[in-house]
Amino acid sequence: MHGLSTFEPKNGLVKWLEARLPILSFMHGSFVAYPTPKNLNYWWTFGAILSFMLIAQIVTGIVLAMHYTPEATLAFSSVEKIMRDVNWGWMLRYAHSNGASMFFLAVYIHMFRGLYYGSYKAPREVLWILGVIIFLLMMATGFMGYVLPWGQMSFWGATVITNLFSAIPFVGDDVTTWLWGGYSVDNPTLNRFFALHYLLPFMIVAVVGLHVWALHVVGQNNPDGVEIKDVAKDTVPFTPHATMKDGFGIICFLLLYCWFVFYVPNYLGDADNYIPANPMKTPPHIVPEWYFLPYYAILRSIPDKLAGVIAMFSAIAVLAFLPWLDTSKVRSGKYRPIFKIFFWVFVGVGVGLGYLGAMPPEGGYVLAARILGVAYFAFFLVVLPLLGLFEQTRPVPASIADAVLAKGGAAHGAPAPQTLG
Amino acid sequence: MAFSKKLGFAAAVIFGAVAFSTLTLRAEEEPGKEEQPNPERQEWSFAGPFGTFDRAQLQRGFKVYKEVCSNCHELHIPIRTLSQPGGPEFSVEQVKALAATYTVHDGPNLQGAMFDRTGRPSDYFPAPFPNPEAAAAALGNAPPDMSLLAKARKYEHGFPNFIWDALPIPVIGMYQELGVDYVDAILNGYTKDEDANWNLYFPGHKIAMGKPINDGQVDYADGTPTTVKQYAKDVASFLYWAAEPSLEQRKRVGARVMVFLLVLAGLLYFTKKRIWHDVAH
Repeated sequence: MHGLSTFEPKNGLVKWLEARLPILSFMHGSFVAYPTPKNLNYWWTFGAILSFMLIAQIVTGIVLAMHYTPEATLAFSSVEKIMRDVNWGWMLRYAHSNGASMFFLAVYIHMFRGLYYGSYKAPREVLWILGVIIFLLMMATGFMGYVLPWGQMSFWGATVITNLFSAIPFVGDDVTTWLWGGYSVDNPTLNRFFALHYLLPFMIVAVVGLHVWALHVVGQNNPDGVEIKDVAKDTVPFTPHATMKDGFGIICFLLLYCWFVFYVPNYLGDADNYIPANPMKTPPHIVPEWYFLPYYAILRSIPDKLAGVIAMFSAIAVLAFLPWLDTSKVRSGKYRPIFKIFFWVFVGVGVGLGYLGAMPPEGGYVLAARILGVAYFAFFLVVLPLLGLFEQTRPVPASIADAVLAKGGAAHGAPAPQTLG
Repeated sequence: MAFSKKLGFAAAVIFGAVAFSTLTLRAEEEPGKEEQPNPERQEWSFAGPFGTFDRAQLQRGFKVYKEVCSNCHELHIPIRTLSQPGGPEFSVEQVKALAATYTVHDGPNLQGAMFDRTGRPSDYFPAPFPNPEAAAAALGNAPPDMSLLAKARKYEHGFPNFIWDALPIPVIGMYQELGVDYVDAILNGYTKDEDANWNLYFPGHKIAMGKPINDGQVDYADGTPTTVKQYAKDVASFLYWAAEPSLEQRKRVGARVMVFLLVLAGLLYFTKKRIWHDVAH
């Protein structure tokens, strides 16, 4: 699915470079001439939004790292110095902390898009699994990043989550001691979390590279779930069509991001993290950042520690098996009326689990979390396998061009211009 | 197939009903527990997208801090910040004079000895106790440092308030001042004369800090009423500035950023439409 080789350099310098490292023709084939389905909607701009957020987090993170000290007695005040004394330090800090939330918001929308339109189905299984790996790396990065300011929630959240490793049979306690670098969360833990928090984003960049490569080999999915049949009729060149549409999508997303950074920068955070870490004083409620809440709810819903840990990790791992759990021959949820209902119920289950993750595990909340936890797994392990066998789907259009014409989209002028090199 | 459609609807209804009914089964309140009211949302000059600090209020708040709170509470910010733009904006001379009233322990000198010297604006406000253990020994509990206090406190605003709190809607939206309202409420919450450690708004009502301030305790040169209610407002504002000194710059820059992005979004939207106008989609 690489772009049509329309790259014909005339410039001598370009030809010289092309003969030695054909990077320009590669970029041209991948991001200029690359055939993009013409029926994509705005949910498809989130890939570009995510790339933008990854770069934003790396840039703000590197500048913050120039001023941050990863030592237990100095970390909290180094962050305060960033907020007060470093020029635009407050903006870097708020951009980075809210950027993490925006990154997760975008990735959840991106994943739900994939779920709804069947982007995980053959031949995109590897693409999907690479995405699950990126999601795991993001969760690790976000978790360790939250520990770095060394506030009360940083310390106690780290204590809760690292203690989970002691649930592993036989080797659990030793693994946890090794992880901590001591007998509790302390300075060695902070120092190594900083090293890993700096490292992991670059691993994310590498896996994102594989993710985009895997995408370009099989081609993008589209809202109608039909593969590209005729490049001229079904697609448009990526530049300028997708480039400018993604650009518009990114700016709209930035409006939301900047709303948080400039007007409600502490809304998504926990006030307790403005109290320096105190191992002698446990906060009344230990709660992770919002993007971990659904998994936190699943973890706490089972009274046994090991079972809770297995349930939480399974909730993420089950995503990797999605291409094989869904038995439907029809790809896009657009043509699957019953699947649509279960999809939106699943979204409700996710939001409900998120709410319950923030609540204390008492009273009615416990039962609710258990029911919604079962519903979460039932969606993947019961509903999707059975639905594909029994659902009566709507007729799928023969091609993307047919789908567009059926929708009533008509060209107003000359056919799409071809981008030449 | 009517069956799978019915199944789908039935499943949705069951999940919804079960989730709703279990969510309404909150943990039962213990009988005989005193009510725990939430702090009221106050009006602050710095709230909202165009909020700014009231210089006079910050200066009064600093006076309250200096005369009353600083006897027990540390304020770990540099003295020079009092003359920075966006804060109380005392003059540089006033700040130098203020710093000179403090004695700071410094050293070692070239002879290797530690020594005391007069304070400079670049110093942090000196702490009333050398460490939390000394504070706890003197007072029973170590009073928290006040430099971030107004951001380090919150109360459960509950559903659905926490949704409006984030939205750009007037009056009930854009609520970043939970901590400030909490601090203000605590100072106004000593409603039982017979129990100096009973506070209406403190979770569990028994607070280690006895009533810290009374009417008329601090003089105001500008004629503002010298009531606890006024002291609470002024010192809460000052503490919020201490916690968030960049607030005015942040909101000012934010306005320009949002306008820029809105214009850019408009331009990109019409560019996209132009590019796509001859493509069926």
